[in-house]
Formats: sequence, structure tokens, C-alpha cells
Amino acid sequence: MPQVLDRIQIGMVVNGESVTIMAPSTATLLDVLRNGLELTGTKYGCGEGECGACSVLLDGRVVNSCLVLAVECEGSKVLTIEGLESNGQLHPIQKAFVDYGAVQCGFCTPGMIMAAYALLESNPAPTEDEVKRGLEGNLCRCTGYQKIIEAILSLAVRGADDV
Amino acid sequence: MFEAASVATPKRRTKKDTLIGRRIPKLDAPEKATGLARYIEDLNFPRMLYGKILFADRPHARIVSIDTSAARAMRGVRAVITAADINLVPFGYGQDNTALKADKVTCIRDEVAAVAADTPEIAAEAVKRIRVTYEDLPVVASPEEAVADGAPIIHEKIADNTPFRYDYSHGDIEAGVGDSHIIVEDTYTLQRQAHCCLGTSGIIASFDADGRLTLHSLTQVPFLYKNDLARIVGVAPEKIRIIQPPIGGGFGSKLDIHPFEPICIFLAMKTSRPVKLVFTREEEFLATPTRQNAVIYMRSGARKDGTFTFRDVRMTLDNGGRTSWGATTPWIMMRSFSSLYRVPHVRQHADIIYTNNIYACAFRGYGNPQATFALESQIDQLADELGMDPLDVRLINAQKPGETTGQGMVLRTCGLKECLETSAANAGWETKRREAEASRNQQTETPNRAATVRERTKEQAGIACSHCRSMVRGVGMASFFHVGGGAKIYRSDGCGTILKLDDFGAVTVLTGSSEIGQGSETVLAQIVAEGLGLPMKNIRVINNDTELTPWDVGVHASRTTFIAGNSVLRAAREARRKLLAAAAARLKREPDQLDLSEGKVVDGATGEALESIGKIIRGLHFGSKNELIMTTDFYEPPSTAPDEDQMGDISACYAFGTHVAEVEVDLDTGVVKVIKVCATHDVGRVINRLGLEGQIEGGIVQGLGYCLSEEVKVSEGRVLNPSFTDYKLMTTWDVPEMELSFVETNDPAGPYGAKGVGESPLIPVAAAVANAVYNAAGVRIRELPLTPEKVLAHLKAASRPAE
Repeated sequence: MPQVLDRIQIGMVVNGESVTIMAPSTATLLDVLRNGLELTGTKYGCGEGECGACSVLLDGRVVNSCLVLAVECEGSKVLTIEGLESNGQLHPIQKAFVDYGAVQCGFCTPGMIMAAYALLESNPAPTEDEVKRGLEGNLCRCTGYQKIIEAILSLAVRGADDV
Repeated sequence: MFEAASVATPKRRTKKDTLIGRRIPKLDAPEKATGLARYIEDLNFPRMLYGKILFADRPHARIVSIDTSAARAMRGVRAVITAADINLVPFGYGQDNTALKADKVTCIRDEVAAVAADTPEIAAEAVKRIRVTYEDLPVVASPEEAVADGAPIIHEKIADNTPFRYDYSHGDIEAGVGDSHIIVEDTYTLQRQAHCCLGTSGIIASFDADGRLTLHSLTQVPFLYKNDLARIVGVAPEKIRIIQPPIGGGFGSKLDIHPFEPICIFLAMKTSRPVKLVFTREEEFLATPTRQNAVIYMRSGARKDGTFTFRDVRMTLDNGGRTSWGATTPWIMMRSFSSLYRVPHVRQHADIIYTNNIYACAFRGYGNPQATFALESQIDQLADELGMDPLDVRLINAQKPGETTGQGMVLRTCGLKECLETSAANAGWETKRREAEASRNQQTETPNRAATVRERTKEQAGIACSHCRSMVRGVGMASFFHVGGGAKIYRSDGCGTILKLDDFGAVTVLTGSSEIGQGSETVLAQIVAEGLGLPMKNIRVINNDTELTPWDVGVHASRTTFIAGNSVLRAAREARRKLLAAAAARLKREPDQLDLSEGKVVDGATGEALESIGKIIRGLHFGSKNELIMTTDFYEPPSTAPDEDQMGDISACYAFGTHVAEVEVDLDTGVVKVIKVCATHDVGRVINRLGLEGQIEGGIVQGLGYCLSEEVKVSEGRVLNPSFTDYKLMTTWDVPEMELSFVETNDPAGPYGAKGVGESPLIPVAAAVANAVYNAAGVRIRELPLTPEKVLAHLKAASRPAE
């Protein structure tokens, strides 16, 4: 029987807020976010890092939170879908997903948006191929990806040369 | 293309004013994009327990005994149930399933026992501690084995292991054969495809003190589901309430009652606590049904001029160990065989055969992708034999508006010819096809075609390139026929609406139809807003609670925009009539001199704003009349159930379309890359262009997965690849260029002329791609998916010198 013998204290900064939680040593970041902090916008889709529905930013890098042990996150900064909105305003990526029809059932959407966020942080002007590369770890069963790609490309900063 | 007619749009309103055809973002998108939407896995209730199921994990065995004592002894375990603890009421299309299995298991996913515990971890551990003693029985691994002499009987009542047979015919096959100049026959093999909804299956069951059962359920068919469940779990239907949280994908997977659902209810009953049961991804792969696999033998003929003479089809469907909706897919398949093109003589026979494999349910297209793959592949083979362009053969035989098909379906509108021509034009059909053929003919004499192509590529590039790949390109097409105005499968194919306006012109629409991500909520709001001249923001749609909403048959058969759309439109029109009558009385005008636009009553002739709609409503409410504006509607489509011979006009309208795929085949590796898909659909009328494009694009990519990579592999009854690691879905890299066109035939029965589109875009994809592979590489592959190893094997076989 999986007795919770060892609960470990973990301190991290989630969506700009310092949190300290006690979690089993086997808990994943996904477990802690969803069950410990009730940040259920991050989704469980497969539990083995294949679908990307659990994508969050860990110290600025996009990760599958189902593959990260919570204890590894001591002292880290975590950004989830709930951390993007500010003052009741949708983040531009969220707004683009809405306006471009990039959301259908919506289950992959938070993970997609986090992957898009990481991509645009590191590359504010991605080409279509770079968008595809940036999202290749995120599965969507509804949209056929096209509207997701269009939404992200709409946010790409274009230099004068590109016009 | 047809001009969009001005049906039902009030006079004096220009096209610019209308909401119909516009790009309207989904109403639920902000909730989903912010992570606030609460899916089943996100919902929790006080004192809630977690359910877990023990699956048989063996294909065919007698249950000798079940020892649950170790599981029961665990701290935190609140209930352990087996078949002995529940009502064993048979359910499913074949009435051959029960929530838990009593004596025998007939496939690996058979549910044997279940646990409710304080945490998911304890539940999982408890399930492992249940000891079942089995006596293994011989495994029937295929339909051939199931019908062989002396085969084990899988379900006692069905001695020949063949629970269902479907026959259909019109005309006289022998006459058709006699009339044929050429005849082609072949066998096509279609695999199991998993729905792979990103949100896994789940349910939460809870009883209140009155014995009322509330289910948070992902069903696509809440009203049918409620009545069926009532019988299975022994709770009166009026005591069951179904609430659907946002659903993480449906595609047909939630059209049936699955054993985990009554199991969860029994656990809640036993513990008197809410119980939540959500599948892991592995469980989702192993214990939910797939698309129906099929082996389709087809023989068909044509005259010299390309006119089809007959089509004769025999199919074998592996029914697995239990029956879900997969067994009924021939009901739809026969309709494409009989009615996509004009064929005077058609016959179909299907045998549905029990095995010890996993079983199949409904999946977007409902048999039609399988049927269309065989049909549209064979049409290309006929065209090849005739020496005709596949486009011309299709145009000659395409059904026309006003015709009644061989199976009695009346095509009041039909844009197939326009779809064929538009997709072909967009794809540059003639040029690309000719180029591919010329390139092929140049090389037919060469034994090693890959080397030749590589050399040529090098020459053209003017470089000595050791990495040059031997790529060839080609185009292929396929069309589809599908119901577009519901399908009269049940005694009623209707949908109800309750519509009410508040004092300020805000509308609440209660519809029986469900939102499963497809965008019906937005389309229905749009139709109501258009009908009432109100802005979108005034409309709220309630669509997920059987206690509130009127009856609907469910999300299936691509019916929601059409059926629920018609119902909300009629309710909105009645509210409009009441509003205009009240406005006319107040403004001392005739109702037909007035119109509603952007929240105002306007002069019908000049468009001049006269009064706000809110003021008219308040006048009615608080004035001498004391009335509220509330309307109801139940829309039953003007379709008929098929007769005993399967003849009949089962849908209020029919959808058509054509896809042309352009592919690149790597002759060295067998990899097929789809470069472009030109898709043209007769959608009747575009309602929400953004949502429509999303449906078509999503359907195309789902169809590409079906065509190129997706297959649930089963061997000796066992699933070999129950994970996204081994089951390959399309990703961003696989997305081709998609050029979409819409033919607006303005169906007189449709809301603003619209037809259903939900399933259509997936249907012709595999056939179009396979035909393109033939055009590019000269190999005809009759078995999906077109994996690199399969393509390579065909290429090798084709390049082997004839003996």
C-alpha cells in the first residue's frame, strides 16, 4: 500500500506568488499544481510527457509538468495558464486563441498557450515552421492545428524587412 | 458556386448587417483559454470517493472465483463490488454487456470488479489486491477463426458467432454485370482508430437524500442515456439528472453507455457518497471502444463511357467480445455505396462477427470513412481501366439536385458537381495529374525507380548530391455523401428549445442539444441573435442539464446545427412575432412595417431606430398586458425512418463534398507527406465561418491520422500500443496546406439554409490520399494506415521485375 511516509516541504513561486506546500516525494509538479494548489487549468492528458496538455513554464522553460517531480522545483518559478491573465484582461496569446478559433473542446488549450508563450518569449518573430516546431510536443484532436498556428503567427513581431 | 440567397433575412437589411456567415469566436473560448473551464477531472465534491475498475486483462476466460478480501481490508477502501453485488441488467445494442461480468470474460477490457476509496492511490492499490481465478478459454482472434468449423462459441445465444447481418439491395446485380464493359473487384482493409479525446473518460455519480441521482457525465446523448441508465441501475428516470461539464472531445466516443458509468453509479449507491471515476490514458486506450475495423470486398462495373453499372459489396466486421454501436455502421455504409453516385444496381451484405478482441463504437463518420475508402479507391481503379480521368468519371455519375437516389433519399439540394469542379480547380488537378503520370510513364521501364528519380533530381538541381531524396508527387480525389439534416434512427430525431427574454432584451436559450467542443453553442446563439435582431452578447445558451433543457436525441449524425438550429430559429421567430406585435401596438404601426436590428425596433423601410427592444418588453411586462416573452419549440425534421428494405428519405437534407489531396512520396523510405488538401463542401449555407473552418480543418487532420499513422494494434485479443508513444497522432508538423471552399446550396429545410458538417470532413481524406499515392508512385494500397513500411513494401513489390 502506498503509505505517504515522506511528505516534503517545497517552496516555489507560482504565478508570482510564493507558496510552500507539503507534498509526497513521489508527487509530480502536475499533482501539486492541480491537487495541492487547485490550479486545474493545467491538464492531465497522458501522464507520460506525450501530449503536452500539462505544459507549464518552469524557470522560463516549457516543461511537461507530469514528468517533473515536485521536489525538483524547490526555489523555482512556475508559470501556469492561470498566471497569464492580468486585471481581468486576457493575455494577448489567450485573446488570439479566442479570436482565431484556436479553441474547440479546449482541453489542450492551456498547454498549447503555455507552449506558445515560451516560444514567443524566446523568439518574438517566429516563422510558420518555427511555430510548428515550438508546438510539436502538444497534441490537439479537434482543430487540426491550423487555427492555433494562425493565432500564434498573428502575434509574431514583424520587422520592417518582413512587411 | 451558388450565390447566397437572401432567405429569411428581413428586407432592407444588407448582407453586411447579417450575422450569418460571419466569423464569430466561440462563446466558451475565453473560459477555456484561461484555464477556468472545469472539466470532469477538475470537479470535486465534499466526501467524494475515487472509483477504479479491475479489467480482465485476458481475452477469453471463465471466472472461477473472485477474492476481494485483501482489497476490502485496506484502510480507506469504502466499497468493493463484483457482479454478485449489482443488478445484472444487460445493455448495449446487442444486449450482451453488463456493468460487471458474472461468469465469463470475452475481451481484455471486460470489467470484473471495482473499488471506491478515499484516494485514487488507495483505489488503484486495492484493485491490484483483488484475486480473480480464471479458467482460460481458447482465444478467437479474428472473424475467420470465429466462423471456422468447431470455433468456440463466445456468447451462448449466438451459436454461429454472427449476431448481426445487414443486407441491402436495389436493382439487379446480374443485370448490372451484363451491362458492364469493365468490372473491377478488390478487397479493402480498414483498421481500428482510437478517438484519443485529449480529456479522458470520466463520470461523477452522487445521490441526494431523496434518492435522486446526479451525474456529471460526458455523454453526447443525455436524454437517451438517462433512460437507458435508469433501467440498468434501477433508478427511475425522473430521478436522474445529467449535467455535462465542458467535454474534452467526443467524436462519437460518448454516444453509448460504457460499463464504467453504471459501475460508478453502483459504487455511489453502495457507499452513499459521491464517487468520481476518471480513466488514465492507458485505460482510455484499453477500455474504450474504437472506430469499427472492417474488411470490405467490392466489385463494380462501368460502361465504356464511364457510367456506373453496378456495385456489389460484402463486408466482414469484427465485433469484438461485446457489442457497441460499431456493429451498426453498415447502416450508414450502405448509404454511401448506394447514393454517393448514381448506380442502378447495388447490393451490400455485411456479417458482424464476435471475436475475443476489443470492440468498436461510433466514431465521426460512423462507417462512412471505411465505406468511402473502398468506394472511392475502386472508382479510381475503374477510371484507370477505362483510361478516363477520375474527375470525369465522377462528374458523369455524380448525383444531381432533384434526384432521388437508389435508396430512396431525396436530394432536394446537391452541390456535388460544384464540389468536384471547385476542388479540382483549386488543386490544379489536370496539370498536376498529367505531370505525375508523365513522370511515372518515363520510369515504368526502369527496375529501380527510386534511383532513377534521384538521378533526375540531381541533374535538375545541377549538383552532385548524395543526400538527394527520390521524391515523387501526385494528386488524388475523393468525394463523400452524408446525412446533413439529422438521421431518423430513433422514433424521434427532434430537439426542443425554451427561449425567454428578460426585461432588458437579454435572451436565455435552453436547448436540448449539447456542446462537445464542436461550437454548437455559438452557432445557436448566432441564429437566435440573427432572428431577434439582438447582439451576440445578449444571448446565453444553456445546454448541459437535463433538469432544465427540453429533450434532444443527442450529438450525433452531424445534426446539431441543423436540428437544434431549426428549433432555436423557430422559437426566436415566435418571440420576434410577439415583439413586433407589441412594438406595433405601442408605435401605432403594422408589424410588417417594422424590423428588429441591433437591439432596436426599426422602421422596416428606412432602418430608422424607433425604440429599444428592452423598452418594448418592459412595456409588455409592466403595462396593461402584463406579459413576458417566452417561447418554446420542438422541431422534428421532415425525414422518414427507413422501411424494412432500408429504403427511405432518412434525413431532411444531405451533405456532399470533394477533397483533392496532393502528396509527396519518398520512394526510398515510403514516407507519404500530404502537401495540400483542397476541400470543398456543400454546407447549404455558412453560418459561423470561423467554426466551420475549424470543423473542416480538424476533420481533415483527424482523417490524415486515420490514413497515415493511426492504428490500435491488436494481437491475440491484446492491445499492443495503448499510449501516445506507440499510437501516432498527427502533430503540427503533419498539417498540410488546406484550401477550403464552400458551396452554398441554401437547403430549404436548413436553418438559414445550412446543412450539418460535423462528420463530413474526415470521411473522404484517406481515399483522396491513397488515390494521390497511386497517382504519384503507381502503387494502389488497399489497407490503412499508409505507414512507411507498408508503402515501401508496395513500392518494392511493384519494382520487382515480373517473372
